[in-house]
Amino acid sequence: MRPILMKGHERPLTFLKYNRDGDLLFSCAKDHTPTVWFADNGERLGTYRGHNGAVWCCDVSRDSTRLLTGSADQTAKLWDVQSGTQLFTFNFDSPARAVDFSVGDKLAVITTDPFMGLTSAIHVKRIAADPDDQVGDSVLVLKGPLGRINRAVWGPLNKTIISAGEDAVIRIWDTETGKLLQENEKEFGHKKTITSLAKSTDCSHFLTGSLDKSAKLWDSRSLSLIKTYVTERPVNAVAMSPLLNHVVLGGGQDASAVTTTDHRAGKFEAKFYDKILQEEIGGVKGHFGPINALAFNPDGKSFSSGGEDGYVRLHHFDSEYFKIPSI
Amino acid sequence: MADVMSMEDIRKEAAQLNIDFSGVDWNSIRLPHGEDCGIKSDDDDLIEEDSLEFDAGFGNIIVVDNLPVVPKEKFEKLEGVVRKIYSQTGVIKENGLWMPVEEDTGKTRGYCFIEYNTPQEAELAKEKTHGYKLDRAHIFSVNMFDEIDKFMRVPDEWAPPEIKPYTPGENLQRWLTDEKGRDQFVIRAGSDTEVLWNDARQLKADPVYKRPFWTESFVQWSPLGTYLATVHRQGAAVWGGASTFNRLMRYAHPQVKLIDFSPGEKYLVTYSSHEPSNPRDTHRVVLNIFDVRTGKVMRDFKGSADEYAIGGTGGFTGVSWPVFKWGGGKEDKYFARMGKNLISVYETETFGLIDKKSIKVENVMDFSWSPTDPIFAIFVPELGGGNQPARVSLFQIPSKEELRQKNLFSVSDCKMYWQSNGEYLAVKVDRYTKTKKSTYTGFELFRIKERDIPIEVFELDNKNDKVISFAWEPKGHRFAVIHGDNPRPDVSFYSVKGGKVSKLTTLKQKQANALFWSPSGHFIILAGLKGFNGQLEFYNVDELETMATAEHFMATDIEWDPTGRYVATSVTSVHEMENGFNIWSFNGKLLYRILKDHFFQFLWRPRPPSFLSPEKEEEIFKNLKKYSKKYDVQDQDISVLLSEQDREKRKQLKDDWERWVNEWKRYHEEEKMERQMLRDGEASDVEEEYEAKEIEVEELLDVSEEVIQDA
Repeated sequence: MRPILMKGHERPLTFLKYNRDGDLLFSCAKDHTPTVWFADNGERLGTYRGHNGAVWCCDVSRDSTRLLTGSADQTAKLWDVQSGTQLFTFNFDSPARAVDFSVGDKLAVITTDPFMGLTSAIHVKRIAADPDDQVGDSVLVLKGPLGRINRAVWGPLNKTIISAGEDAVIRIWDTETGKLLQENEKEFGHKKTITSLAKSTDCSHFLTGSLDKSAKLWDSRSLSLIKTYVTERPVNAVAMSPLLNHVVLGGGQDASAVTTTDHRAGKFEAKFYDKILQEEIGGVKGHFGPINALAFNPDGKSFSSGGEDGYVRLHHFDSEYFKIPSI
Repeated sequence: MADVMSMEDIRKEAAQLNIDFSGVDWNSIRLPHGEDCGIKSDDDDLIEEDSLEFDAGFGNIIVVDNLPVVPKEKFEKLEGVVRKIYSQTGVIKENGLWMPVEEDTGKTRGYCFIEYNTPQEAELAKEKTHGYKLDRAHIFSVNMFDEIDKFMRVPDEWAPPEIKPYTPGENLQRWLTDEKGRDQFVIRAGSDTEVLWNDARQLKADPVYKRPFWTESFVQWSPLGTYLATVHRQGAAVWGGASTFNRLMRYAHPQVKLIDFSPGEKYLVTYSSHEPSNPRDTHRVVLNIFDVRTGKVMRDFKGSADEYAIGGTGGFTGVSWPVFKWGGGKEDKYFARMGKNLISVYETETFGLIDKKSIKVENVMDFSWSPTDPIFAIFVPELGGGNQPARVSLFQIPSKEELRQKNLFSVSDCKMYWQSNGEYLAVKVDRYTKTKKSTYTGFELFRIKERDIPIEVFELDNKNDKVISFAWEPKGHRFAVIHGDNPRPDVSFYSVKGGKVSKLTTLKQKQANALFWSPSGHFIILAGLKGFNGQLEFYNVDELETMATAEHFMATDIEWDPTGRYVATSVTSVHEMENGFNIWSFNGKLLYRILKDHFFQFLWRPRPPSFLSPEKEEEIFKNLKKYSKKYDVQDQDISVLLSEQDREKRKQLKDDWERWVNEWKRYHEEEKMERQMLRDGEASDVEEEYEAKEIEVEELLDVSEEVIQDA
């Protein structure tokens, strides 16, 4: 399988997202323009111009009409996917980071970073069906965790919000009351900053990646630890195959700490693990910087990775991949 | 003390005694000194704090006894003399000299106290002036102030020492009797130090003992593996035991930096260097030689760092370790150190110099003991601009007789390599070419065990090749050399058997810069460390063939286990990433790997030498098949067991996972309606589960009729 190299960003990639049909791939980078690509051949469809800072995260609605992006310019923007026009701008007092549409796309969660004395916060916004009715008010604001929140997603049936970030603790919040329901048990939890979080398709479990060189699989309802995947590098990005029992971890030595000229030293590989046995089964090389973003096509037949090197690499699996025996 | 009365009682009593309570001024009441009548004062804490003394100890004070007793008039003169003597070794504190006098006569009492700024200065003063002769009648007796207590407690009458009943100690070599014949190793990572079994058959390491902060700088096995030494601020300690690790002995040596065991592990040499309080002075070094089993100091050496720096005119401030090199094999009979123009050889019976004097060797640069015999070799460079040739000499101890000497001309450098049985000594000689612009390399081979010690000269095929590494086969008659100036040097193997050096083979263009022979010989690892990123080639020297090539990326250290069955390659914390170690079989199969952040040390536990004769060992090696049958069966059993366990484990994991998935499915089903509601009634779940379906489509393209003739 020859990967398709997509060179459209001028700065390191931050996030990748497929739409539900798996025909579009959205990419966010530290340059200011999120980009949409054909997920099949890597052709660039268009960009979303308007942000004035690094774009950290995005989410696309189920019907692929709306795109929500969170940016360091202290805004989160709602876009029309097809035309690329800005529909609405949510303004904050600090950089926005993680965004996620709820089931049904009527709500969205947006996190903001600690900034100029403000603590980090999780905001819940109502997304109007008609963009003309859209308002910027928060339905709910959750505060508490110290340090940056790197990822916040909706739990099953929009009843909870799962957040994780710099303090290495995974929290589950009640979306009705805004109360903190659960924190993961310290003993089993990550030891360093959680950088990424990926939900399973049915939202029943999720995978977190951390700088402590491991990724962990959790139950979304009980927050019990199910699996731990240990690697040799800080983990920046995680993804789960919707088709096979595989997980992918991406990461690598911090770009600023790369001292050797040998590209192998950094281990900028996307590593495949058997989800159940927690054993490494393979790796995909190619990036010459740490991997910052990973996403699986919802059909499970291709995946893409985005690196500090500014490239998105789109990989369609060979037929041999599907013959990998499980257990 | 009386119980504290309640206010009620007090009022009652006051009424009885007809005291008008309201008229009492509480502040005017003064309690007798030291009496609180059971009333706790709030100020007590404050007072206690005030009375706290600075408990810095009196280590910096010395007591000088046997001073002359002088009348008042001469007091100042005596004080001046004492001050003069004691200012030479250090700075006396202001008002630090105190000479008590008799109250009625004003005569001195014949002793004084001197306080220095540091305990080190006090120690030095004591050392230098104890026994100082002021005149015939007054010989100073100097003690540390701290020790006075100890001397006071010496009983006047001698009492026979208690003889403790003999209790048999633990078998400190129990690890050698491991049923599975495994070897142990110690690793240090982060703050933890851990001893593990190398359970290579099970492809894992089996923990034995683990302890955080076990040592303050490093750990070290004794040469026969009996003890594990740890290093602390107060000194060194050794640990060992039958089943776990207990502290067996401590060796007090403040600020100890380096330690070294004698080859027979009877003695332990410890080393420390101390910054002088006066920056103009040189560093002082202290070396102690302890008896390992009793913990007694057998001999100590103190001096300036320069004296103990090796190489004469090196000009560096440290010492090259070990300062004392042990000779004469495992009996620990002699140890020696090189000084300026001399070599001092000591014997362990008296811990004194042999014949009470050192061996004078002008300008000696290097010396090394034979690993087995009391013979050492020295190298002396050219003197007088080439008038006096450089030479390599062999000396016999204790006779100090020169056994053999070889003069060498236009030498730039020499390196000596002993074979582990002390049978051969190879000297690598770098000589200048005629133009003196470059050097070339030759070897001088001494056959120590043969009559008159014949010397043979030989050179590499291309004598201009730079020699990168040289290594003797342990207990063998072969050696390997990495040579060449290319980025990919060549590796050659030579044999010295049969009275002549013969080349076995040359391997061209290898990515190697270090050689690691198996301790039992026959096999060698050609390793490319540092610049080569950890290339490994496992080579069989008997068959002259490569068994395997592998890589341990970034590897910094390689160590064979003492039996030569396994090899450990490790990446220590000189690199930030990849820290941890790999265990390989002797033929280059990766058995298992363990990653540990901040990995500092990996050391196999050494084994004492085998009691089998070399002939017997040779015989076993030849008939290996006969002996190995038993172990093959064991290996088979274990591998069956392993795959059994593995299957079991996998099944377990799969079942667990199945349970989770079923639970999730159930939830998913239960929540179906709610989800539909959230999505405005869109029945959409079906699409969430992707299913690859194969659909067969038949299409009629064309119809034609043909009559087939009947055959």
